[in-house]
Amino acid sequence: MAIATLSAEKLLAMYTCMWRIRLFEEEAEYQSSQGKVLGALHTYIGEEAVAVGVCSHLQPTDYITSTHRGHGHCIAKGADLKRMMAELFGRLTGYCKGKGGSMHIADFSIGMLGANGIVAGGFGLATGAGLAAQLRGSGQVAVCFFGDGAANRGPFHENINLAAVWRLPVVYVCENNQYAQWTPQSEVTLVTDIANMAPAYGIPGVQVDGMDVLAVYEAAGEAIARARRGEGPTLLECKTYRFHGHNFGDPQLYRTREEIAEWMEKRDPIKRLAAYLRAQGLLSDAQDEAIQQQVREEIEAAVRFAEESPYPPPDELYKDVYSYVVT
Amino acid sequence: MPKVSFREAIRDALLEEMERDESIFILGEDVIAHGGPYAVTRGIYEKFPHRIRQTPISEAAIVGTAVGAALCGVRPVAEIMYVDFVTCAMDEVVNQMAKIRYMFGGQTDVPVVLRLPSGSARLIAAQHSQALEAWFVHVPGLQVVVPSTPYDAKGLMKTALRGRDPVIYIEYKRLYSQEGEVPEGDYTIPFGQADIKREGRDVTIVATGPMVGKALEAAEILAQEGIEVEVVDPRTLVPLDKETIFASVHKTNRVIVTDEEAKRAGTSAEIAALIAEECFDALDAPVKRVAAANVPMPFSPELEKLVVPKAEHLVAAVRELLG
Ligand SMILES: Cc1ncc(C[n+]2csc(CCOP(=O)(O)OP(=O)(O)O)c2C)c(N)n1
Ligand SMILES: [Mg+2]
Repeated sequence: MAIATLSAEKLLAMYTCMWRIRLFEEEAEYQSSQGKVLGALHTYIGEEAVAVGVCSHLQPTDYITSTHRGHGHCIAKGADLKRMMAELFGRLTGYCKGKGGSMHIADFSIGMLGANGIVAGGFGLATGAGLAAQLRGSGQVAVCFFGDGAANRGPFHENINLAAVWRLPVVYVCENNQYAQWTPQSEVTLVTDIANMAPAYGIPGVQVDGMDVLAVYEAAGEAIARARRGEGPTLLECKTYRFHGHNFGDPQLYRTREEIAEWMEKRDPIKRLAAYLRAQGLLSDAQDEAIQQQVREEIEAAVRFAEESPYPPPDELYKDVYSYVVT
Repeated sequence: MPKVSFREAIRDALLEEMERDESIFILGEDVIAHGGPYAVTRGIYEKFPHRIRQTPISEAAIVGTAVGAALCGVRPVAEIMYVDFVTCAMDEVVNQMAKIRYMFGGQTDVPVVLRLPSGSARLIAAQHSQALEAWFVHVPGLQVVVPSTPYDAKGLMKTALRGRDPVIYIEYKRLYSQEGEVPEGDYTIPFGQADIKREGRDVTIVATGPMVGKALEAAEILAQEGIEVEVVDPRTLVPLDKETIFASVHKTNRVIVTDEEAKRAGTSAEIAALIAEECFDALDAPVKRVAAANVPMPFSPELEKLVVPKAEHLVAAVRELLG
């Protein structure tokens, strides 16, 4: 999985995917400010390298579980921007027929088992997905994305221990952005390097710079390969940073403008990959502009699709509570 | 009387009681940084820096620690950001907090107040919009408080903080910014004392939380047609002031029970059953319930608006009852 083996095509696909996440969310924030995207909106802007670095190894048959900050995971796993945007707009054509919204997007057809409004809600789901894969002997893997804050909940301990002892094909990916809502990690956790918790479960713990998509790609590749080989789970910690507030509208009184600017200016994962691609002669100004333009068009189309879609009709209210199917 | 918001009323109760009783201690997620998700505890740290702590995202530890400290001389006020997340601490609530006094033969007090922001607000969908009063009402050992006005919120919180038993204190998010008259100075409202929010002779509406305001709205509309609705707010579901409810039923002979919970096995079912059991002869019509749809809260505004009952549903229910 060494970086050297990455084709230009793959690298550019990763780059494009990072822009897709960034611009999708900037648009979602704009639409939220216009009252079109409703409810809570937690953006992933700044953290794109994590989802893209990890999901670039996954097949549509592999599984991921996500968080309240789930758009990036969804997009990196290959979800359709139109159906995502329609979901944010609360429309019938959205992934969940408008029943879920931003915090609850899922696409089971590509193994995206859902964003989750419950912090640490994904641990059990990913562990179970790993169990299903193991029982079938299918070679599939499950990736559990979670935040530094989620590591303080019981399901972190219970599920990692279970997956370790059963050698389940799961990779637990901590997106350590140093804050849980409005509280800095160091105020609520003494071991701020989550990877250091791995030895307590008898599994490998790996830490990478989560602002460097190639570093994430390399580390995730090893963890995923290990899981596929049946050697059990890995705890992969990606040090990252969210550029915007916890949710759209967060005044961010708990951190300084300087701190935010420092990360945005010096460590933006998209700029970083662009610089690498340019240095390798893989990206010209024209290509870069074309990539961004193409993504912009995809997003405009997604917004048009959402706007033109109907709201769910009243009779949707009672559908999907149960299937009532017995076979 | 000065006007105070629901949020400030709770905060004032906490501050005044902390002044009075130095064993009161507050814990919860972001309770200092932001005053919790709805800024209720904002400013408390500045007054009592050693008596409020923000926790990791560890609901089981929040409630468990609160219960343990309560057994050992502290009077904790624990906040769970949204009632939906109390699920992550249900062992601590149901098997520990609720049962310790009884199971251990009354040896100890368990003075915990658990503050739980509840109900739908701002389209936050299935995992952030629930109303779960019935879960707690069902468990012997818990007291369940559901204030509907700033006045009640303050008086009931003070009683909670002076009692010796666990209190589930339900705060409806949509009420936080609502203002109401609150007298200056100290007052308490005893548990188990319903409040008649409006008198009337034709139909009784027993309402809790945000449904109280909607019942009053409905009463206003119906008054224009000469229909006089009596609105009874139990204020605490455990203990429940059956006497006041029954007396009203005996006066009006017709009753609607309403709350924001999913209707199936919601608290309205319990109150309706009590009325049916104990006031059958007084009823001129079957007890009616007006509660939320039996669905997880959908996100889309076009669906969400169909879930929680509105004043117009109460108006329709009253008309039906009067035939
Ligand atoms: C069980 C639970 N507790 C609390 C919350 C409220 N909440 C939502 S996101 C969040 C912070 C999560 O922090 P982290 O896991 O680090 O993820 P990040 O937001 O930084 O991506 C909190 C406290 C919740 N949704 N679920
Ligand atoms: Mg975080």
